[in-house]
Amino acid sequence: MKIGDHDWAFAPQAGSNAIWRGRVEVAQLAALARAVKEEGGQLVALWGSDDRHLGGAYSVHIAFLTGAGLVWVSSALGGVLAGEAPAYPDLAHIFPQADRMQRATFDLLGLQAEAAVDQRKWLRHGAWAEGSFPLRKDFQAEPVRELDAYPFIQVEGDGVHEIPVGPIHAGTIEPGHFRFSIIGDRVLRLEQRLGYTHKGTEKRFEGMDLATGAQLAGRISGDSHSAYAWAYCMAVESATGSVVPERALWLRALFLEVERIANHLGDLGYLGNDVALAFGFMQFWRLKEDWLRLSARLFGHRYLFDRIVPGGVAADLTDAAALLAGADRLEAEVRDLKAIYDEHSVLQDRFANTGTCKPALAARLGLAGLAGRASAQAWDARVQFPQTPYQHLDVNMATQRRGDVWARAEVRFAEVYESLRLLREIARRLPAGPLSVALAPAGQSVEGLGWVEGWRGDVLVAARIGADGRLDRVHAHDPSWQNWPLLEVGILGNIVPDFPLINKSFNLSYSGQDL
Amino acid sequence: MNAGTLLQIAQTLLAIALAPLLLGWTNQCRAWMQGRGAPPITQPYRTLRKLFHKDAVIAHTASPLFRFAPYMIFACMALAAGIVPMIANDLPFSPAADAIALVGVFALARVFQALAAMDIGTSFGSLGARREMLVSFLAEPALLMVFFTASLISQSTELPHIVETLAHKEFAIYPSLAFAAVAFWMISVAENARIPVDNPTTHLELTMIHEAMILEYSARHLALIEWAVALKLFTYSALGIALFLPWGIAPAGDYAALPLALLALFVKLAGGGAVLAFMETISAKMRLFRVPEFLGTAFLLAVLGMLIHFLLEV
Repeated sequence: MKIGDHDWAFAPQAGSNAIWRGRVEVAQLAALARAVKEEGGQLVALWGSDDRHLGGAYSVHIAFLTGAGLVWVSSALGGVLAGEAPAYPDLAHIFPQADRMQRATFDLLGLQAEAAVDQRKWLRHGAWAEGSFPLRKDFQAEPVRELDAYPFIQVEGDGVHEIPVGPIHAGTIEPGHFRFSIIGDRVLRLEQRLGYTHKGTEKRFEGMDLATGAQLAGRISGDSHSAYAWAYCMAVESATGSVVPERALWLRALFLEVERIANHLGDLGYLGNDVALAFGFMQFWRLKEDWLRLSARLFGHRYLFDRIVPGGVAADLTDAAALLAGADRLEAEVRDLKAIYDEHSVLQDRFANTGTCKPALAARLGLAGLAGRASAQAWDARVQFPQTPYQHLDVNMATQRRGDVWARAEVRFAEVYESLRLLREIARRLPAGPLSVALAPAGQSVEGLGWVEGWRGDVLVAARIGADGRLDRVHAHDPSWQNWPLLEVGILGNIVPDFPLINKSFNLSYSGQDL
Repeated sequence: MNAGTLLQIAQTLLAIALAPLLLGWTNQCRAWMQGRGAPPITQPYRTLRKLFHKDAVIAHTASPLFRFAPYMIFACMALAAGIVPMIANDLPFSPAADAIALVGVFALARVFQALAAMDIGTSFGSLGARREMLVSFLAEPALLMVFFTASLISQSTELPHIVETLAHKEFAIYPSLAFAAVAFWMISVAENARIPVDNPTTHLELTMIHEAMILEYSARHLALIEWAVALKLFTYSALGIALFLPWGIAPAGDYAALPLALLALFVKLAGGGAVLAFMETISAKMRLFRVPEFLGTAFLLAVLGMLIHFLLEV
């Protein structure tokens, strides 16, 4: 594969035309990253692994989004000698979104990004000691309780003061700390501190059997259950060389679109609620509730938990007529509500020009997924790199250029309509066949990567299965990693009372990035 | 004790007792208009009972002012409820305080509220206090202009005089009052922290105005403040009725008219609560920095009302 001037020896992953796999020398990483950047690509994910039990040392893994698809490159790191820290070149000066991923990689594995500007801890809150790294295979868990003492960046000047918000909020939302430096009600700087929901999910995967792993993967971020479960299954199926029946793939897409619709409905309601238009909130949540109940009736679970399993799916579409009727009813109501939102002057005033992420900024910082598409970042894995069944469905991408709350709401509306169309197509053209196959045991250490366009953005799961057929290392990546920093920038120049609305318009995952 | 004093006490107690009912009714209407099941109309009473049964949690940094403020705020609102003619017009209290003093009573409660909010030193408290001051320093002059317009007609700033002129003398149409009424509505919305200026049901700390100031209160203190909030809404509603829809309020000394006056008050409050719920349902909360424009418009309308009085009514 040619990226820049160099021809890289990357090979497509088994059973996929969109995912590529390669290994490069650690010294080449920076050059590769720069070449990807020059071609307009992005860094999607960065993580590490401890390969000492496989006869290696440590590795750093990076997933780049390029014109040919997603490229997963790994580099074995030095540092096997005693006293030498495993290190790789800093990539955050090329792709700013790498910053927090590099810091998390250090906290979890002790892999150092050399000469990185920001070397502060990220996921470590004092639950494990400095200098011990939980994702190393020889990690011994010892209970530690130390104060977080995170060094926030201070803004100084006349009349500047700080408001610390969270991690405990007045409403029932996930924990995150937001440090505002404000003058009057105008935001000068916002700094986030996340990691409060770090549960050791990646460590938990180690030694798990493949079926249980699917359940855990689906619970990484509960609102993206189907996306994570599918990405995980794609990874282990590709690793074991299993071929999933067509019907199962179509049903997975069906579940993914059902999930996308449910989340978009919820968010559109919340956006109304955050500008105190409780009417919109109630109506959208009524629609969401109906939709969830329909899911429960058709597939056995409101949020479709555990319907996607390694090798196939665990639920079938038996009552297509009910699904189609539900979709028709929903579409008519959403169109009515959109007319109300469109004509509501105060709501439009609140949405427009609030929390703007300009396209140039979004491109520079790697804004992904739905929020990216609202800032003219026209990436949608279902469109550019369709995997079965999306290549048969011709997905229409929803994009906007304004990058404000309004644009993100518009993209959600457009995606609801498009997902409803896809749903009808899938229900109409669903191929016959079995629902699942048994996975073939590999008998050796194998790895694979799954990549799925969830409702928030592209979700990625990389899995390595050990020779015993159990999971050895699983990394799950949520698009929230790239998008959280944009929230820090998007709020600048806005006023404090608009923050909840801006935050909601992104609706990023805490659990998905804290892991 | 003469009849006037009795009536005064009865009216004040009535307001205190019925204030949560008005809030409950408004919440009910709002729920129906949003298309959801409504809480019982007595829900605010249940909330108060629940709060009075809890133990208070008070910040270590709180000074006595923080404990004292809820009583002060409640007392101010009870006093205000005693000044405004609701069912009868001969209130011994009324000469003690006219419409201008009433604005002062509301301001006193607000000052204590803001001081208590800043007292504990949390960022949300001062944020809310600051915003409350922004809203109130714009709302108060507008409210005074409304009172001036109404008092120009009756040549008095005493509320019973105004009511008497409008309701119990020869019926006349005053175009100036139409402008003043619209202005008064806008001011009431802002002063009572209702949509579109503030959102009484929000849980988003960063957007709050009034709620941000009372975040640290719990139990009996919170109960008193919540009750005072209900009482303020009740008093403002009664004030609006007295100024713009006074028909039905019993004239001085006419005790036979009292039952009818009570009925009229109920009907008018129920109507007002429903209209408030309707306005809140169709509107969204405006951006904070639009509030000055909103209250500026209210001020302008009040001034226009006054000009129209001089142009058409003198």
